Amino acid sequence: MAPVDKDSAGLFGPDGLAVESRGFFADSVLRLCANRLVILAAVVLAILAALALFAPFISPYDPMKQTLADSLHGPGAKHLLGTDELGRDILSRIIYGARISLSVGLVSQLIACSIGVLLGAIAGFYGGFADTLISRTMEIFAAFPELLFAIAIMFVLGPGVINVFIALGLLSWTHYARLVRGQVMLLREMEYAQACRVCGGSNARVIIRHLLPNCFSTIIVLVTLGIPGAILTEASLSYIGLGVQPPMASWGQMISTAQQYVSFYPYYSVAPGLAIVITVLAFNIFGDGLRDALDPRLRR
Amino acid sequence: MIVYILKRLLQTIFVLWGASLVTFILMNVLPGDPVRLMLEKRATPQAVERIRHEMGLDKPKITQYLDFVKNALKLDLGRSYFTREPVMTALSRRFGVTLRLASSAYAIALVLGISIGVLSALQRGRALDSAVRGVAVLGISAPVFWVAIILQMVFGLRLGWFPISGIRSAGSFVLPAAALGLRHMASISRVTRTSMLEVISQDYIRTARAKGLAENAVILKHALKNALIPIITLAGTELGDLLTGSMLTEWVFAIPGIGKLMVDSILMRDLPMLQGTVLYVAVVFVLSNLAVDISYAFIDPRIRYAKSD
Repeated sequence: MAPVDKDSAGLFGPDGLAVESRGFFADSVLRLCANRLVILAAVVLAILAALALFAPFISPYDPMKQTLADSLHGPGAKHLLGTDELGRDILSRIIYGARISLSVGLVSQLIACSIGVLLGAIAGFYGGFADTLISRTMEIFAAFPELLFAIAIMFVLGPGVINVFIALGLLSWTHYARLVRGQVMLLREMEYAQACRVCGGSNARVIIRHLLPNCFSTIIVLVTLGIPGAILTEASLSYIGLGVQPPMASWGQMISTAQQYVSFYPYYSVAPGLAIVITVLAFNIFGDGLRDALDPRLRR
Repeated sequence: MIVYILKRLLQTIFVLWGASLVTFILMNVLPGDPVRLMLEKRATPQAVERIRHEMGLDKPKITQYLDFVKNALKLDLGRSYFTREPVMTALSRRFGVTLRLASSAYAIALVLGISIGVLSALQRGRALDSAVRGVAVLGISAPVFWVAIILQMVFGLRLGWFPISGIRSAGSFVLPAAALGLRHMASISRVTRTSMLEVISQDYIRTARAKGLAENAVILKHALKNALIPIITLAGTELGDLLTGSMLTEWVFAIPGIGKLMVDSILMRDLPMLQGTVLYVAVVFVLSNLAVDISYAFIDPRIRYAKSD
């Protein structure tokens, strides 16, 4: 193709003036920044990430340190959000809890994404028996309500953070597989994919270099919107005692303990719940914004 | 149409078989000895052996699986390890309670969700619309069990309007149904709003207005009726969420339904009971999805024809 003069490639805005031409990525970032709510969500997420990363420096107390004499004190100057039944500082435990929630969200979705993208690409690209096998497996997985499946896996594997990663990863790979399968089926017929094959590119090269990069923005959106779901499921698991175990601090498990004191010490249940709501809300808003910015076709 | 239903039925049988296999693998093949999980650590090897024999766990895995399927087909899911009650009896005794809770929550979610969604679409961009959308995102982001605790705190303990546990009166269902319904109300109102906005801008709505129909008739008869299809699809998929959501809600409010049975059997490490419950819920879930799919084909002719070939 002949090199195109930059000026003549420029687009024209509604006012007839030339619009600066931008790449896909720059354009997406610009569209993302246009929404103030999305920026707010991004800021909240950045703060949460900082809290999780630098928890030992930020949290006012050691989250494990028990001071029985100070147990179940309401919010005050000394303990901003009060203390729990063992005299531990609730704010510090919430800050440490961010580590669990964020890592569970990220790691489980990365596991799910790896399995799902691999299987989805195979099913979509090769079709035939591989497709039938993978698609039927997806249907069987979809036969279990998510939390039910997570509960069954956690029951067998036993509680613990690593097992939560595995259970939630195994749970949601079908979302990624279904999407990538559909995209790959569509894209493999595109001329650029055919061209690569004509030039002697192997199947793996076509998939990795040409098909998957074109699914990238959809996958990123799915990861961002999958994280809040994983955080909620982890909270539910920890709440019924199958997730993260004490004395480690997790928001769901804090609510479970706090429930016993609900009649005379309500703050204790409210604080970790608000932490969950804020985190999940921020991810949902950011994910929705990202979807609109990266792929306007997906807009609901 | 009949071809489509038959195809869907065959597929369901296959999925049900898969569900039994997955349940079995989860409970019996994965690393981790279920008997060891059930008994305490200090149980003698002889005791472990005796239980293994009693539950048929010393047979080859294939035989175990075939037995499990054979019995499940005869509606025999084994007996609770602790109460010796047949699992099937325990399940059917509690199913009514769960159904009552889930259907009240469903009713709340549908009625409120659709009316709020329609109002929000009609008031697009005004304060009411923003407020509704804010509450909707909030409802989707809050864990069910936490909403349940907050409702208990405010309406049960502080105001004393409703009981906070058990099922002694009809009022006992109000808070659990509200907690369970909120999330679904939120997502239904969101979809209703989007779908209504799409329909309202169509030509036939303008025509209806132009021929002098009252605004109420335009909205209810012409717009809402056509906006219903995506709402019905969502309402169908929400059914499964409702079943799982009711597990936690039942636990918080001490409602003796299937969800509480399940959490109890986890805490008591009652393997036969948990295995039966998992299979049972999966079957109910698959069958309800089937019912939704078939009814969907009745509602929307486009689906009937597109899927039958």
